[in-house]
Amino acid sequence: MAPVVPDYTEEDFRPILRDENSCPAHTSWDPSLSSSGTGQNGRKTGVARLFCNRGAMAGLILILLILGAAFLLPPFYPYTYDEQLRGSENLRPMEYSSRELERLAAGETIFPHLLGTDNLGRDLAARLMTGAQISLSVGISAGILVLVIGSVYGAVAGFLGGTADLVMMRVVDLLYSIPDILIVILLSVTLKHPLAYLAAHVPAFRWIESLGVGLVCVFLVFGLLYWVGTARIIRAQVLSLRERPYITAARALGASRRRIIFRHLLPNCAGTLAVTAALQIPAAIFTESYLSFMGLGVAAPLPSLGSMAAQALDGIYSYPSRLLAPSLLITVIILAFHLLADGLQDALDPRSNR
Amino acid sequence: MWFYVLKRIAAAILTLFVVITLTFFLMFLIPGGPFESEKSVSPSTLAALEARYGLDQPVAVQYRNYLAGLLRGDLGPSLKQRGRMVSEIIAQGFPASARIGGAAVSAAVCAGILLGTVSARFRDRWPDRLISAAAAAGISAPGFVLTTVLMVVFGVKLRLLPTMGLSSPAHYILPVLSLAVYPASYLCRLIRASLLETLEQEYLRTAAANGLSPARILFRHALRNALLPAIAYLGPLLAYTLTGSFVVEKILTIPGLGSELIRAISSRDYPLIMGTTIFLASLMVLMNLLSDLLSRLVDPRIRLK
Repeated sequence: MAPVVPDYTEEDFRPILRDENSCPAHTSWDPSLSSSGTGQNGRKTGVARLFCNRGAMAGLILILLILGAAFLLPPFYPYTYDEQLRGSENLRPMEYSSRELERLAAGETIFPHLLGTDNLGRDLAARLMTGAQISLSVGISAGILVLVIGSVYGAVAGFLGGTADLVMMRVVDLLYSIPDILIVILLSVTLKHPLAYLAAHVPAFRWIESLGVGLVCVFLVFGLLYWVGTARIIRAQVLSLRERPYITAARALGASRRRIIFRHLLPNCAGTLAVTAALQIPAAIFTESYLSFMGLGVAAPLPSLGSMAAQALDGIYSYPSRLLAPSLLITVIILAFHLLADGLQDALDPRSNR
Repeated sequence: MWFYVLKRIAAAILTLFVVITLTFFLMFLIPGGPFESEKSVSPSTLAALEARYGLDQPVAVQYRNYLAGLLRGDLGPSLKQRGRMVSEIIAQGFPASARIGGAAVSAAVCAGILLGTVSARFRDRWPDRLISAAAAAGISAPGFVLTTVLMVVFGVKLRLLPTMGLSSPAHYILPVLSLAVYPASYLCRLIRASLLETLEQEYLRTAAANGLSPARILFRHALRNALLPAIAYLGPLLAYTLTGSFVVEKILTIPGLGSELIRAISSRDYPLIMGTTIFLASLMVLMNLLSDLLSRLVDPRIRLK
């Protein structure tokens, strides 16, 4: 990526590189200065630099477009993901069934099946949108879950230091070295039935049923295993932040530990958190699609991009487009998040060569 | 150094122990016994079967017996594939997985280093842009997407490559390619970033000032130092290849270890689940340990930290 604004001096990184900055973020980021996209010296700030990064903007626009299409279009789309159209089974993209052709000849207008239909006569474009909806919501909420657990754990460990830090980090090291996909597969198999039992017999757990047991498993797995990476990164940052004068000042003023962690330390990790989020979300989407593809994630009538690809495998010789659509979409979604993450990283640390 | 090695080995053993324990107890949460699907089984036969495999004892006793067997290297018999030992099944399934995985790892390492070096050498020119774009796409396509799309294009549409089993060398192309793309792309990005950072170092300017040829500087001095992060990535690379092979084996119907594990989970073949998980986990933990120690061995700077 070509440097957007050449000739930076160390001074220009001050507002962005919190590591070398002894003021808390919210005082150095004076909104009146940065609202025009320029910092103290009239040079561009990290946010402005992000907006100049073509890759990151392409990623962001793609994400917004896909989010919009997945969440806003379905109500206006004439077909739903589970509606079975009799006589319209196994249509190719843009094809009409003979009955639909008769109705068309009679002067009716019928919305075309943009991507065709599956073997049960369900419109594949509608299923693709719902699938994207599910993959995105699972990815984003699991990513946020991981982020919250990881950053709080990491910040607490880094801030407390000493024995508490040592013990907490040993746990992280241990979880980190466990081969995750193996445990993910085992967990999603084992948790399925206890969760189904809970949903059926304990009123307080009814909500599991509406979400789907497979989905809850995915979340549990993420909450249990995937937060360790975030915890490590945030702890490292907090270790360097906690020696800053403004933390000493906050302590001297009698701020509680909780207040220091949540009001001073974590907000100053915002840049790192943004990059981590942009990397965790595609990782979550990746894993969800992997599990659904293996038949361990989202349960039947609901489509996810992974399970749609798995279903398409059966008719792969006659209907390759059924496989291509969800496969391409999931790749584009993950690519868009990666582009955004790369751009964020460049914007927040202009020295990095990524 | 030796203290560190011992510490890491102890940590690896602890990790394995946790994995074994976790797997053992998780498995018992899977409802339904291994003999449930066999309808003709009378209660007395069922009791006899369970007694024969020790399933009638309390979980804690079974756990202790299993650990004792494990220490003797005994993974027990398979419950579903009658008359076969778990170690036998692993020994039969592993070679196929290992050949594909080994080929994929070698291909990924070669391609990743080569492309990463080219990319850094021609920074911001068209070879770099092309390779970087390809690598960004490569780390974004999930394994199953790549495998299925490659299969449709080369196996079904063009009919260039065989898609099922592993009976000839040509059969290896699809699975190896699908497994190698992600790690190759990841390595390429890693090497590019690390090489660009290395190229800015003072000692390379000195080397240039002393009149060394650019090729010698790049390959003899810069690349060797830029390879260090790649060594640390070898462990995770292997883990990815192993788990990625589950999907590849499933799609391309290759009789490897991954398909055995998936089958074992769905048929509740407890000893087989345990055996394959422990085997794969040991492999991963061992590889992580080795790549960690190796990167310390070749880079004295890490040792000092």
